[in-house]
Amino acid sequence: MKRGQRLFGISLTFGIMSLFWILLSGIFDGFHLISGAICCAIVALISHDLLVKGGAEKMVQKSLRLFRYIPWEFWQIVLANIDVAYRVLHPKMPINPCVIEFETPLRSDFALVTLANSITLTPGTITILVDPETGKFVVHAIAQAPADALLVDQTMQRKVAEVFFVEPSAGGQSAHP
Amino acid sequence: MVIIDGIVTLFLAGGLFFTFVGSIGLLRFPDFYTRLHATGKCDTLGAGLIILGLILYHLVHYSESFLVAAKLSFLMLFIFIANPTATHAIMKAAYQTGLVPWKLGDERK
Repeated sequence: MKRGQRLFGISLTFGIMSLFWILLSGIFDGFHLISGAICCAIVALISHDLLVKGGAEKMVQKSLRLFRYIPWEFWQIVLANIDVAYRVLHPKMPINPCVIEFETPLRSDFALVTLANSITLTPGTITILVDPETGKFVVHAIAQAPADALLVDQTMQRKVAEVFFVEPSAGGQSAHP
Repeated sequence: MVIIDGIVTLFLAGGLFFTFVGSIGLLRFPDFYTRLHATGKCDTLGAGLIILGLILYHLVHYSESFLVAAKLSFLMLFIFIANPTATHAIMKAAYQTGLVPWKLGDERK
């Protein structure tokens, strides 16, 4: 099992690296392709565990759900920018900053990074601290409304939890070793 | 062709607008954290829109070199990952140094 995981990680890293090599070099003769393959193999052998952590379980479903999540995230980015533009250009500057805290059932690194970056990109909130042990987030909100969106509605936490197959309310259970 | 150029111009103008708003926010907002709100968010969409306009322009006018458009879209992807991460890192550094966030009613710093 462990061996299979390692092989999967190495081949996935090799595939991604080769894609990058071909895109960035843009030359398709034998010499460049072969030297690219050798470089990619060396990189994949040495540092595959940096890119692919854990096994292949549910990886395809997770990627598919992530791709469904990204368009929603893009729409949130547009809303966030209109929100900031409104607050900046309004003569009275309607801001009322506050710092809030909440906990999530997410534990894996990738899930936490996704949620933290999503919070930073969505209207009126920026992640300050993330504690990977307890899943605690400290967030700086620019006004009361965006803070309530995270504390009361919890739309974003539910969406990210759904992407990574974590039960939203079952605080604690997850793939953390 | 003219329609595409118009769309490209719209994208570039939108990008310029959001980058400009980000700069105004940097000057107008009262403290470090709120200023990061302005720059961290507006730069992401501003740069994204400008690159989107460039991709569209390149695909239409220089359709033989597809690789440039692919590289530009990678740039956009990396900006969308790196910008929130960097904003968070700066924010965390300030918070752990003990900089107190500005509250409504405080004096401007």
